[in-house]
Amino acid sequence: MRAGPVLWRLAALVLLLVFITKPQLFAFVFEPLTINNAPAIYNQGSLFSLTLAHLGTVFSAALASTIIAVTLGIFVTRPSGLEFLALSRSLVNIGQTFPPIAVLAIAVPLVGFGEKPTLIALFLYGLLPIFENTLSGLTQVSPLTLEAAKGMGMSPRRRLIEVELPLALPVILAGIRLSVVINLGTATIGSTVAAKGLGEVIIAGLQSNNMAFILQGGLVVALLAVLISDALMSVERFAARKLGQAPS
Amino acid sequence: MNAISPHTSAPRVASAGAAVSLDRLGGVVAVLIGVALFVAPFVTYRANRIVAGEARMLLDALPMAMAVGVMSVALGVALVAATIRQPILRLSAAALGLAVIFLAVGRAPGFVTPPGNTFARVSPAFGFWLLTLAFALLVADSITRLRLGPFARLAALAVAAAAMAMLLLSGAWDGLSLLKEYATRADSFWREARQHLFLALGSLAAATLVGLPLGMVCYRVPRIKTAILQVLNIIQTIPSIALFGILMVPLSILSAKVPLAAALGIHGIGAAPAFVALFLYSLLPVVANTVVGLEQVPASVVDAARGMGLSKRQRLFQVELPLAFPIILTGIRIVLVQNLGLATVAALIGGGGFGTFVFQGIGQTAIDLVLLGAIPTVALSFMAAVILDAAIDLARGPSRD
Repeated sequence: MRAGPVLWRLAALVLLLVFITKPQLFAFVFEPLTINNAPAIYNQGSLFSLTLAHLGTVFSAALASTIIAVTLGIFVTRPSGLEFLALSRSLVNIGQTFPPIAVLAIAVPLVGFGEKPTLIALFLYGLLPIFENTLSGLTQVSPLTLEAAKGMGMSPRRRLIEVELPLALPVILAGIRLSVVINLGTATIGSTVAAKGLGEVIIAGLQSNNMAFILQGGLVVALLAVLISDALMSVERFAARKLGQAPS
Repeated sequence: MNAISPHTSAPRVASAGAAVSLDRLGGVVAVLIGVALFVAPFVTYRANRIVAGEARMLLDALPMAMAVGVMSVALGVALVAATIRQPILRLSAAALGLAVIFLAVGRAPGFVTPPGNTFARVSPAFGFWLLTLAFALLVADSITRLRLGPFARLAALAVAAAAMAMLLLSGAWDGLSLLKEYATRADSFWREARQHLFLALGSLAAATLVGLPLGMVCYRVPRIKTAILQVLNIIQTIPSIALFGILMVPLSILSAKVPLAAALGIHGIGAAPAFVALFLYSLLPVVANTVVGLEQVPASVVDAARGMGLSKRQRLFQVELPLAFPIILTGIRIVLVQNLGLATVAALIGGGGFGTFVFQGIGQTAIDLVLLGAIPTVALSFMAAVILDAAIDLARGPSRD
């Protein structure tokens, strides 16, 4: 009964792959949008390598954010870090009022143009959702469960690794997905500071007033974000199911 | 967010070893203050707007007496942070620290710049921001520990905003590069501010008008609910600039084909695609929270209302919606903060707003111009978050907290 949605996703994925590898096949779709014989398909770089660069930036930043945010989340929920817990919550709340673009823009004068400011902005902004979800995942583990684990003679370390983290995993994964989705968007804007990525196509379209570029860049980024978010969501569901919990 | 139990456990754990150990958070704050004072530069001096700056330490940035004054106040705050646990004292110390460095940094340009030089730019540097961060951490921590009620939080926000406004109006900061960027763009600053608010609040209003009824329909008809929420979820996933781009095409066709649309100012490039995109992004939180809010109204309450002879319509407006209101308001808070941030991207497609300064600043590598766009955006989002959090607490009423 789940065949319908799966087929749709597969079709979208195939369409995306064909488009980024052989974009000329689709030139006829975009030609009506061009004026003055402007090229219908982005011609200043291969869409495929731009997509790879985009994904590379997003996932390396997400990996770094995950490591740091989960470590911090574990720290502030241990007895030795509890003093920081209340403040961490406020900080996450305040941090989320910063627009990602502001973080990106402020990083530029500090580290220069190119990949670096984008990576920094993605890393910093990506910390917030993961940290927030690690906190809520770890603090929502029931005290009864923890008592039981203690009663079984588990050390604090084993309780963390064998009980708390597995129980918090679906929520932490949701944070990682949020962070990746936000990063996909911020990385697109990163092209305004000369980071390699799919934003280039949209920016080039805006600069040369070429609607065809804008639309194809927008569609590729949108499709990519929807498919990745979808894939990560099924990982979350899988983790939740393994726990025997209903997906939340 | 305010009634979370760890607040109560934190002081207890801390006090167990209080006799000997320092306050850890206060310790971190004290270290930050130390680094900011003795290692990091207080201001940056640049011969003109674009060139690389030279760092000035606190002692070289202010007249001797004032520098020593700032230093002793900051060290005093560090001492309070590390040794005193009483939140009110910590809050007062941090507020005093903020006031002192904010006033002091305004004096730096007059001291650092050679007389008669009008091209030179002085901006707060890493040390200043680090001090601000340290004091702000202390303020945030004390306010969290005090567990202020909604009115007290609103009052604190009003006092902070009034103090900031007085500082800016008094001209104490006029020598700083940020304010010089503002002075040359005062007109466009307020125009972009209006545009930013129009984009963020207008799209929120439109989304509320459409999203509330849509949420009520979804609540009544579960089959539509799944479909609508799925579509809105997908839209929410699309990065802003991509959605702007996708919307530009139909809107530009619309404005070319329908003269009325063009006359109304709807164009492929400009504010229209940004407004529509923000509207679409706003729908998910409004609709989803309306549904969740209505669903969590206890069935017994609805039954009681039915027993009292209320019609379906009366039940919805007099019982279900009022009970769902705090959750709906939470959705609106999410939308407002999100929109105020996303509206910055609108500048990229000619939609205006504070993003205009951010992107101009990136183009000219002028960090103060970036800040001229970024700081008001962050301030607006922050104020919106505090105000709506207070409103949500008030809507929940005292019984629930």
